[in-house]
Formats: sequence, structure tokens, C-alpha cells
Amino acid sequence: MEKALKKYGPIFTLPTFIAFCIGFIWPFLQGLYLSFCQFTTVDNAKWNGLKNYIYVLQDEAFLDSFGFTVAFAVVSILSINVIAFTLALLLTRGLKGTNFFRTVFFMPNLIGGIVLGYIWQILINCVLSLVEAPLLALNTAAGYWGLIILMCWQQIGYMMIIYIAGLQNISEDVLEAARVDGANSWQTLIKVKLPMVMSSITVCVFLTLTNSFKLFDQNLALTGGDPNHTTDMLALNIYQTFYSRAGMQWKGYGQAKAVIFCILVVTISLIQLNATRKREVQS
Amino acid sequence: MKKKLLSLLLVAAMGLTMFVGCDGAANADTEASVYYLNFKPEQKEEWEALAASYEQQTGVKVKVVTAASGEYETTLMSEMGKSDAPTLFQVNGPVGLANWKDYCYDLAGSEIYKQLTSDAFALKEGNAVHGIAYVVESYGIIVNKTLLAKAGYSVDQIDSFEDLKKVAEDITARSAELGFSAFSSAGMDGSSDWRFKTHLANLPIYFEYQKDGIGTTDAIKGTYLDNYRQIWDLYINNSTCAGKDLAAKTGDDSRNEFLAGKAVFFQNGSWEYGNLVGEGKFTDNDLTMIPIYVGVGEEAKQGLCTGTENYWCVNKNASEVDIKATLDFINWCVTSEEGTKAMADDMGFVIPFKKAVESPNLFVKVDAQLTAVGKTPVSWNFPTMPSEEWKNGVGSALTAYAADPTDANWNAVVTAFVEGWAKEANLTK
Repeated sequence: MEKALKKYGPIFTLPTFIAFCIGFIWPFLQGLYLSFCQFTTVDNAKWNGLKNYIYVLQDEAFLDSFGFTVAFAVVSILSINVIAFTLALLLTRGLKGTNFFRTVFFMPNLIGGIVLGYIWQILINCVLSLVEAPLLALNTAAGYWGLIILMCWQQIGYMMIIYIAGLQNISEDVLEAARVDGANSWQTLIKVKLPMVMSSITVCVFLTLTNSFKLFDQNLALTGGDPNHTTDMLALNIYQTFYSRAGMQWKGYGQAKAVIFCILVVTISLIQLNATRKREVQS
Repeated sequence: MKKKLLSLLLVAAMGLTMFVGCDGAANADTEASVYYLNFKPEQKEEWEALAASYEQQTGVKVKVVTAASGEYETTLMSEMGKSDAPTLFQVNGPVGLANWKDYCYDLAGSEIYKQLTSDAFALKEGNAVHGIAYVVESYGIIVNKTLLAKAGYSVDQIDSFEDLKKVAEDITARSAELGFSAFSSAGMDGSSDWRFKTHLANLPIYFEYQKDGIGTTDAIKGTYLDNYRQIWDLYINNSTCAGKDLAAKTGDDSRNEFLAGKAVFFQNGSWEYGNLVGEGKFTDNDLTMIPIYVGVGEEAKQGLCTGTENYWCVNKNASEVDIKATLDFINWCVTSEEGTKAMADDMGFVIPFKKAVESPNLFVKVDAQLTAVGKTPVSWNFPTMPSEEWKNGVGSALTAYAADPTDANWNAVVTAFVEGWAKEANLTK
């Protein structure tokens, strides 16, 4: 078997590898090149040196959207993971109706971001209108919290499933040993369960982190950056640089932003992976 | 056996993925063909039918692709990057042209250019003709005449801002008794805000250009912004809903209120005709369109806002035979009996070409009547707005003002309008 795998493995991975090159590696390299150009389409690119990057790093709107994204990411990563883990703890206790609840909590994940964005926009606007507050289009704070609520609602179920899998993997022996040693349930949670599900935490934090940074659909549909770009996140800012301006230079700026964005997301998630992986333990 | 079959299948699947990419490469590009990237989703089927008919008659292949609403620029960008790029596309005016100038074939010597009724419909730069307008549209305030009569007025009594204000405020005062409001909601949701941040904003820009005798500028002065405020106040104070709810009202909301007879006035354009007239909706006798009066100049002489933001451009990077085929096709559209008829009757367009036939669109007829009695149409100057970004800034400020109409909030509109313009115009250079 091993031998056959070695022999034929490359042949079977070839189509995917080719697709990966065509669909990912090549566009990525081309994108990198274009970020140094002035262009309208990929064909008429003109080398522009570092001009795009110099502009982008001085673009206040871009830096503002970075600030907003970070503020959003910190709160949403914390809230999604804490709530998802709590739910996972509750739903691994063998309570009645566990399966039903797991399904219900998971369901929001099946709905697309744009649809969710519009549904929550209607909901939140309705609430704001009842309490006589300015509607989403005029309300930065409501936009920010609206995005967090929306993301929590959508992602908690998914992360919960990962945590449940992690919690179910903890062998009964370890827990029993803890009980015999006289650990109360809080101590068991902190000293035994948490370290044991560290690999799930790595995955969940990674997913929520990258999702928060790359968030686009929900942002576009829920607030669209209103009022006045104060709720723009990075991806939306890049999109608008590309498409809501007239002139030859904007595509290049947008491309440079996209490259910076990519490097940023990769760096942050690598740091995170490294940091949480160190804490993973084997039982 | 099973295993072998499985691996055979896998290999076949792999083979397929590899060959899919090669499909069509053998088809050499010697035959002339036209590829039209259509901007107007409303006329998608009509264009496809017209293209099919042309193909049948001449044998020249015409492919029509319609971009989704609001996605034209993105679609055009990706299509233009392909080897099989559109030969015919469109820009919305001088600002849109800035992105695509390098792709525009000079239409100065073309037959279609000679067919234009006025040079004003060509998008020129020096002697080069980059684009040719293919449809002229009008907008103003659509009036439900039946409701207006119920309130005791007729459109003849409205030919200035003061008249409009008097009627609207009287209707508002009696709206509980009448059961309807003056204006349908001036929604500032993305599906509707262009009616105000772009179309309504055209009026102060138009009058300023007229006064200064210019056609475009890098620094708008905002001479008539008080008039802009007047009309906006009128819209939001005499509406079907409270000003603070406008932020979330959509274009559909506004239209449905008008269709349901909840409002007398509805600011929109000739393109709405199909949505308003028909079975279970209005008849031509119920409706008319009046100019948007803002209280500037000789208002009795003011007509509807009439112009275009749809210019055809021919891709100069296309092969020579394709360019020729494309020029023939558009020329056929605007000169042949079938083409002009399809554009007028099926698409409801008024086309600025010599052989145009009359369109059944009521609002277009109103525009012609008003012009005939000596009213001057207000030209479309919003294609000179410096960017989408500028429109969004003004829209955002207008929304804030509608929710809380204070002087401070209006000053924010003025800032977005004047300073925003200078800033954006500068960035676009």
C-alpha cells in the first residue's frame, strides 16, 4: 500500500496541484506584480515602482479601517470562543435534547453572509427605531455591535462543534483521576479540560481570527461602511478603493492594499498558531 | 476489480480536468463577431432578442452579456482582461471614461457618429470621439394626477417651487383626512439614495454651471445649495414617513407607496415607466411628470432633467474585423427599421439618432411636449461629479440631515458637497 501510494501519489495529486497553481499560485504572483503597477485590467499594467505603497501607507481611511478591524477582531474572537466553549461544556453533559440544541446552534452557519447581513440590518434597524435611536446608517456604535452580534450568532455554532469534538476526546480516565485526586469541577475545567482541548482552541482561534480580519459580506450587507466609512473593515476598504473611484491609479492602490492585507493576515495568524500550539499537550 | 475500476475513473476525471482548459482553443479568430457587455439589466432579454435577429439576418455572431445591477464596472474589468474581450461596452460619462480611455476606439469617422442628432450626445475629447450616447432619459417628479385632483389641485397649478411647496404642505396638513401624503419616502438605502445624492444634486450643479457658463469644474462653489436644502426639506417634511426612518427606506418601498396611492409625488425617471404602468397598476391617464423646481431662475421655463449617462464605446484592442462588425451592428441598431423599433417599443428608449421612432413611454412624451412649448430641459451634469466616493459622502450627510434637520447637519452636507468635490477632483487627477 505504502509503496503504491509513493508510486502513484504524485499522479493523483497532479490535477489538484495544477488547479492549485492555476487558481492560486499564478494569480497570487500576478497580484503581487500588479501591486507595483498602474492598471485597469491585467493586460495593460504599467510599472509604477513603490508609488502605490507610498500612497496606501499614508491613506488615513485605510489606517482607520485597520483600527476598526482590530477593534472588531479582538472583541469578536473573545466572545465567539468563550460563548462557544461554554455551550460546548453544557452540551457535553448528556442533558436531554442535546442533539436538538446542537443542531439549532449550528444552523445559522448554513446561511450566507450577505443574507444574514440584510436580515440583521432589518432586525437592528427595527430595534433602533423602537428605542428612537439613529438607524444603522447613521450610527457607528450600533454598526460595530451589530457586526459583533451578527458574527457571534453565525460562528458560535461552528466553533461549538469543534469544541464538543475536543471535549469528547478527553478520556474518562483523566477526568476520573482528577476526581479521585479531589479536584472540584472548576479545577477540572482549568487544569484538565482546557489543556486537553488546546488543539481545538488553536483551530477555533485561528478560524475566528482569520474570519474577523477577512470579513467582507457581512460588513457590506449590514452597514456598507456607513456612516461615512466609520464602519469600513479592511476588505471593504480595499473593495471600495477598487470600484468606487474614477481614475487610472486606484486599481494599483487597491492592489497594494490587498497585498499588505494578505501579508498582515498571514503574519498575525502564524503568530497566533505558534503561540497556541506551544500550549498543546498530549494526554 | 473494483479497485481498478475506481482508479480508472479517477484517471478519467483527471484527464477531463486537464482538457477542459484546452476547449475552444482550436477555434481560430478569423470570423467577425460582436460581444456586447450590456449595462441595463432591465433590457437584457430585448437585447438578446435583437442580437439573435441580427445574427440570423447577417450571419455575424453577436453575443450579449448583461452585468448584474451595480456590477458593471467589476464585470467589465474582468471581461476586458480576457482574450475574448467585449468589443462593445459602455461608460457613464467623462468620469467613467477616465478608467477606460485607453480602450476606446475613436468613433469620429464612424457611420453611427454621423447619425447622431446632436454633437452634445458624443463623448468627445478634442477631435476624438470616445463614446456615443445611445439612449436619452428624463427624470423629474412623477405625479399621480388622480390623487392630486382628489386633493383639489391640478398639475397646471404647479410651475414653480413656491407652488409645489404650497400644494405639498397643504396635502400634509390634510393628510389624515385625505389618506395619502405628498411625497413617497425619499429612501436613503443604497437602492434609492442615487435619486437624491446624484439626480437631485444635479439641479444645484446645473444652475451653478449655467450661471458660471461652464460644463464641468474641479471646484464647485455650492451657489445654490440653499435651494437644494429647500427641496430636500420639502421631500422629508411632507413624506409618508418620519425623516429618521429614511435611512433604511429602499427604492421598492418608495415605489410601492406610490403604487398603493399613498403619495402624490414620486421623484424618478422615464425608466420607471414599466414599473408604474401596466396591469393592476396605473394607466397613462393617471400619471404625468413635472420638473423638479428648486426655486432658481425662470421656473416657468424649466423642463425635465433630460440627458444620458449611457455611452457606447468600441474596444480598440479588438481585432479589426471585430471592430468593423461591431460598428456595423450598432449602426444597424439605430438605423434599421427593426433596430429602431426594438429600441423604442421593446426597450422603451428614446435614442438620439436621426432615424429614431417614437417611444410609447409616457414620460418621454411629456418631455417632448414640454420642450415643444418652449421649456428648456435641464441637462444631466452628474456625470461630472468627481467620483462615487463624493456621492456617498453627500448621501451620508443628507441621511444624517434627514434624521435630524439642524443647521449643523446641513453644514455637513455643504462640506461634503463643496470640500468633498475639491478633494475628490484632486485625487482623480
